[in-house]
Amino acid sequence: MTPTDPATAAPAPTAPHPHMAAQVRWRTVEYVFWLATLLPFVVAPDYLALASQIAITALFALSLDLILGYAGIVSLGHAAFFGFGAYAAGLVSKWGWGEPLSGLLIAGLAAGLLGYLMSFVIARFRHLALIMITLGFGLLLLEAANSASGLTGGADGLQGVKMWPVLGLFKFDLYGFTAYWYALIVLFVFFLMARRLINSPFGLSLRGIRENPVRMRAIGAESGPHIRKIYTIAAFMAGVAGAVLTQTTETVSLGVLDFQRSADILVILILGGAGRLYGGLIGAIIYMIARDWFSGVNPQYWYFPIGVLLIAVVLFLPNGMLGGIAQLIDTVRGRRWFGWLTSPPPWLRSGSKP
Amino acid sequence: MSPVLETRGLDKSFGSLAVARNIGIALPRGVRYALIGPNGAGKTTLINLMTGMLHPDGGQIMLDGEDITALGPEERVRRGLVRTFQINSLFPHLNPLEAVTLTICERERIARTWWRPTSDYRAAIDEAYGILDSLMLGPVCTRETRELPYGQQRLLEIALALATRPKVLLLDEPAAGVPREESSELFTAITSLSQDITVLFIEHDMELVFRLASRIIVMVGGGILLEGTPEEISADPRVREVYLGGAHG
Ligand SMILES: Nc1ncnc2c1ncn2[C@@H]1O[C@H](COP(=O)(O)OP(=O)(O)OP(=O)(O)O)[C@@H](O)[C@H]1O
Ligand SMILES: [Mg+2]
Repeated sequence: MTPTDPATAAPAPTAPHPHMAAQVRWRTVEYVFWLATLLPFVVAPDYLALASQIAITALFALSLDLILGYAGIVSLGHAAFFGFGAYAAGLVSKWGWGEPLSGLLIAGLAAGLLGYLMSFVIARFRHLALIMITLGFGLLLLEAANSASGLTGGADGLQGVKMWPVLGLFKFDLYGFTAYWYALIVLFVFFLMARRLINSPFGLSLRGIRENPVRMRAIGAESGPHIRKIYTIAAFMAGVAGAVLTQTTETVSLGVLDFQRSADILVILILGGAGRLYGGLIGAIIYMIARDWFSGVNPQYWYFPIGVLLIAVVLFLPNGMLGGIAQLIDTVRGRRWFGWLTSPPPWLRSGSKP
Repeated sequence: MSPVLETRGLDKSFGSLAVARNIGIALPRGVRYALIGPNGAGKTTLINLMTGMLHPDGGQIMLDGEDITALGPEERVRRGLVRTFQINSLFPHLNPLEAVTLTICERERIARTWWRPTSDYRAAIDEAYGILDSLMLGPVCTRETRELPYGQQRLLEIALALATRPKVLLLDEPAAGVPREESSELFTAITSLSQDITVLFIEHDMELVFRLASRIIVMVGGGILLEGTPEEISADPRVREVYLGGAHG
C-alpha cells in the first residue's frame, strides 16, 4: 500500500474514542458466521460427528492463536495441553464422575496448571529455542502417557469412559447431535472470552509483545507476567478442547498427544490466518473438511493436497486465507473496512524482529 | 541541588574494545544536555548502560540519589528514566493511538485486566490522544505505524517515551535520518517539553546542538573528553580537532 495524502486517505474513524469502540463492536459477518455454524443440523445431519470434530479443533486453534497469533509465542507442542485435558476428562469419568460440565472444568484446570508451570520456562525464551522446548515437552508428555499404561491404557487407549447426560437431560447420541451442539456451545463461550480478552488492555499488551519485545521493556512493561498469564489461559482452553473430544467420543487414545496434532493445529492457524481470532476457526473448517474429503478420495496421499494448499497460502496469502479475503475486499471497495482483520503475524515476515 | 541522574565510574568493554571508560556525569534537574561525539564514540552504549539494556562492567548509576545499577530496564522506566531509539523501535502493526494507550495502560497497571475493553478506559485514550496531538500526530493516530512517513515515526518514538511520564528523557539522535528541512517539528517538540523533564539528547547537527542545549558533553573513544556550556565547547581546541574538524570536516 502506498502512503497517501492524509486528506485523501481512507476515511477510517480518526476520532480516538469511536475508533477504539469500533474494534469491540460485533460485525454483520460475525453474526452470519455464527448463524452458519448451525447449518450442519439442517443441511448435513449425517456429518454432525465431523462438525463436532471441527468445533473441537477450532477451539484448539483459537487457543493457539492467543499465544502465537497475538503474543507471538511459537509452539510446536500445543497438543500437550489438549492431550492432558483429554486424559484428565477421561480419568475423571473412568473413576466414576461422568458429569460433563464439571469434568470439562476439571480437565481445563488440570491443563491450565500444567500450562502455568510450563509458562515459567516459556517466558524466558523466544523463536527457535521455543520451538525446540515446546517440541521436546510435547514428546516427553507423549512418552510419559505411553509408558504409564496402567493409568492411561497406553497404546490401547483409555477404556471405560462413560459420560452422563449433559445437565442430566441430553445423552450423547450415536448421531453426534448432542456432541455437536455441546462442542459448539463450548467453542462459542470460549470464543466470547477470547474476543473480550484481545480487545482489552491485556490483549493490547500481548500485541505489543508480539510486535516488539525490546520496546516493551523500554516503555516499562514487563512481558514475563503477561506471557505466563496468556500461556496459562491458552493451556486451559486447549485442555477443555481435549476434554470435549474425550467426552463426545468416550475414548482417549495416545493420538491426543501426538506431534502430528501439534503440527496440524499450526497448519490450521496459518491456513486460516494467525492473530485474527477467526483465523483458527476458518482454518479448522477448511482443513477438516478437506481432510475428510481428500482422505475419502485417496486415503494414502491425502496430505499431498494439504501440503500444496499450505505452501500456496504462505506464498500468496501471507496473512492466511482470512487476511487474503479481507485484503481483497478492501482493495475492491477501495476502503479499509476489514482493517480489523489484517493485523498480520510478524513472525511470517522477514526483518521485523531484532 | 543534587543531580537527578548521575553515573559514577561506568566501564564497559566489548571484548577488547572499551566503549565506556570511567564515565562520570551528573545531570541537574530540568537541564537540556547534548551528548556529542564522533561515530562509534560510545554514545548509544552509554544510553544502553544508563537504561539497563546493557550491564556495566563496573561503576554505578544513580537516579534521584538512589542506586539503580542492579535494576532491570522496566523498573528504571517506572522510576522515570526513559529513552528513545536511534533506529526506530516501534510497534509496526499497531497504530499510534494503540501504541501510546498501551504505554499508558502499562504505566497505570491496568494492562493486566482482560475482561474490560480498552475503549472503556476513556481517560487513558484521552491522554494518549493528547500526547499524540501535541506532537502533531493527532490526524494520523489511527493509521498503522508501519504506514506512517519516517518523520512521523520519529515523533512517535518520543510520544511513547512521554507516555511513561519520564523524569529523565534520553533521546538517541531523535532526528536521525530526517532531512534537515523536516526536522523542525521534532525540535519544536523537544524545545516545548516540560521544564520538569531533564533531557539528554544525542545529536550530530552542531547548529541544533547549540540552539537547544544548555550544556554539552563530548565523548570520544568511550571516554568523556569535556563537559561545558556551548560557548566553552565551541571554543575548545580539542573539540575542534577530534570532533568538529575530524568527523564532520
Ligand atoms: N553489542 C555490541 N557488541 C560489540 N560491539 C558493539 C556493540 N554495540 C556497540 N558496539 C561497538 O561499540 C562502539 C560504540 O558504539 P555506539 O553505538 O555506542 O556508538 P555511537 O557513539 O552511538 O555511534 P553513532 O554516532 O554511530 O550512533 C562501536 O565501535 C560499536 O561498533
Ligand atoms: Mg549511536
